[in-house]
Amino acid sequence: MSTVSCATSESMPSAEAAQQKPVLEVRDLSVVYDGDTRAVDHVDIALAPGETLGLAGESGSGKSTLALGLCRLVRPPAVITSGSVIYRGSRVAPGGVDLLELRSRELRKLRWREISIVFQSAMNALNPVLRIRDQLGDVLDAHLHLGRKEKRDRLDTLLDLVGIPRERLRSYPHELSGGMRQRVMIAMALAVDPEVVIMDEPTTALDVVVQREILAQIVELQDRLHFAVLFITHDLSLLLEIADRIAVMYAGKVVEVGSAEQIHNRPAHPYTQGLLRSFPSVHGARRELAGIPGTPPDLRSLPPGCPFVPRCSHATDKCRDIDMRIRPVPGSDPSHLSACPFVTPEMAKANTPKVKAATSKGTT
Amino acid sequence: MATAVTPLVESTALVARRGDFFRRMPPKAKIGGGILVLFVLLAIFGPVLAPYNPDDTINGSTSALAPSLHHLLGTAYGGGDVLSQLLYGLRGTVELGVITATIASILSVGIGVSAGFLGGAADEVLSLVMNVFIVLPALPLLIIVLGFLPKGSGVLPTAVVLSALGWSWGARVIRAQTLTLRGRDFIAAARETGERTWRLVAFELLPNEVSLIAANFVGTFLYAILTSVALAFIGLVTFSSWSLGLMLYWAQSEGGFSTGAWWWYVPPGLVAALLGMSLVLLNFGLDELGNPRLREATVRRKGGPDSKPSRRRRQPWRPTDPTPVERLEPSS
Repeated sequence: MSTVSCATSESMPSAEAAQQKPVLEVRDLSVVYDGDTRAVDHVDIALAPGETLGLAGESGSGKSTLALGLCRLVRPPAVITSGSVIYRGSRVAPGGVDLLELRSRELRKLRWREISIVFQSAMNALNPVLRIRDQLGDVLDAHLHLGRKEKRDRLDTLLDLVGIPRERLRSYPHELSGGMRQRVMIAMALAVDPEVVIMDEPTTALDVVVQREILAQIVELQDRLHFAVLFITHDLSLLLEIADRIAVMYAGKVVEVGSAEQIHNRPAHPYTQGLLRSFPSVHGARRELAGIPGTPPDLRSLPPGCPFVPRCSHATDKCRDIDMRIRPVPGSDPSHLSACPFVTPEMAKANTPKVKAATSKGTT
Repeated sequence: MATAVTPLVESTALVARRGDFFRRMPPKAKIGGGILVLFVLLAIFGPVLAPYNPDDTINGSTSALAPSLHHLLGTAYGGGDVLSQLLYGLRGTVELGVITATIASILSVGIGVSAGFLGGAADEVLSLVMNVFIVLPALPLLIIVLGFLPKGSGVLPTAVVLSALGWSWGARVIRAQTLTLRGRDFIAAARETGERTWRLVAFELLPNEVSLIAANFVGTFLYAILTSVALAFIGLVTFSSWSLGLMLYWAQSEGGFSTGAWWWYVPPGLVAALLGMSLVLLNFGLDELGNPRLREATVRRKGGPDSKPSRRRRQPWRPTDPTPVERLEPSS
């Protein structure tokens, strides 16, 4: 994993770097729909320069709303009701600027130039009646002042970067395959050299082979260009492979944050433990897949205390009035945080003895 | 694992929200619909409410009488009660509008959907018919055709002529909408399940066009009322039953305008104008109801998370604005 986080200081684990000077720091962010649906509920996460932070969770857990909310891209009836989003870009705001305090003009300057997004489905994010050249060119025109020649060179470089032949600049989106369109979206996200790239399920509609190619490309590009990635997906196993740190969301709350190793080997929250039990390990021993019983909760009428209580095998009456703030997991590195004060990583192992703690993760 | 599985329907919240339908209607639709309902009720119960027979005259009356306690809106020349004439006339005009709009809607939905859904030669022929009817000069044709109708023939012939000349615009719009819908995946999926063509049209296609058809109905209603009033004013009207246009015709031809008998011509004119306005408002409202993109985006504020949703203010919001920040809770 150390190949990915080269922008942070060499020997320091990126998890610690995150605590020192995150490039993007979300504090106590809440996004509320229609006054009573808390899609994002007092979330704290931080993104270190050059790091890949994975955001995992079921459908409807608030992953996308969090990502769009921190860029202030959700539409009313959604409203941000609390928190701050501090951005510390070396180019514009080394001291940090709160995105939630900015006026729309200032925010517009920051968008894409500093924080760009790869949206969920490439088919809908590209305009079907404009050539790729024009769409990529628009981004350059909006943020950089380039001459004709410079612009053309930059467009060529961008396509080289994501591995698409230069002739494709003349194509319309429908003439490209799904994977190529997704690559164009990535090229567009990187067009003006942002410090943070948010990727909202960038590979969901693609088959696993293309998916792997694109992910490898993202990791390689990140290596060269040193941007930080907030990677959103429901696929926890994917995150275990590519992310430095992982945040797990449930019912609008972050229930656990930790490095990929910590999440994989010592999951502390019962929900994370359940997620890890619901897919097979490629390298580990064969075992029964358990899954998580029940369905995600209705965000309009959440039970008091922990929202996971109805589906949790460790649930007790005490869970109904706990504080859902994440705190360090006892017996683990201080960077490993969990919202559950009762369950420890050891309890998970005791509960499911068949799980072999197999390290599918890299060689580190 | 013996854990409590959350029930699928946990609260009545979803059901309760259905009741919000009326509250969520655009204000334009509420105002327009309110006025229209009032007029339609008056049209239905008008003959019961009318204090006199509108055709009655007062013996020896040689002028139009100003409003008094006996005749709340005064009388026309010869003593006919204006209020009674208005109630009967409203009924006649609304009746004409409803019949015309119904016939024209059936024609435009039938022909438009057929042309759009069947395509090919059927589309060519039906489109040709539509185009011919669109370019027909409607007003001169109406004057000629209505001039030939026998004077005492009632509402129906006028309605038929009006709808024959008014269906084609709606048909074109519906054909276009059908063309965009018939290629969608849900139609292909329904076809794949083996549904018959009429079922495809009636249960898969038409529900998607309801707002368009409703708006088209209201638009034709408006066209019928305005055209009939205008035609009646120049005397092309059936004299056997009362209508707003006929009242204006008499007021003009028997000197209501020249003698300044405002109570004679202002009420029918005002009622026709209000009726038209209510239909226009309703049409815009229906459009917004069926097409959420037309709705003005607003931020609904409620009190704090615990307070009741009592103080609701609305704040305009444009699609390019960043998500509003409303710090309702003290940040911790």
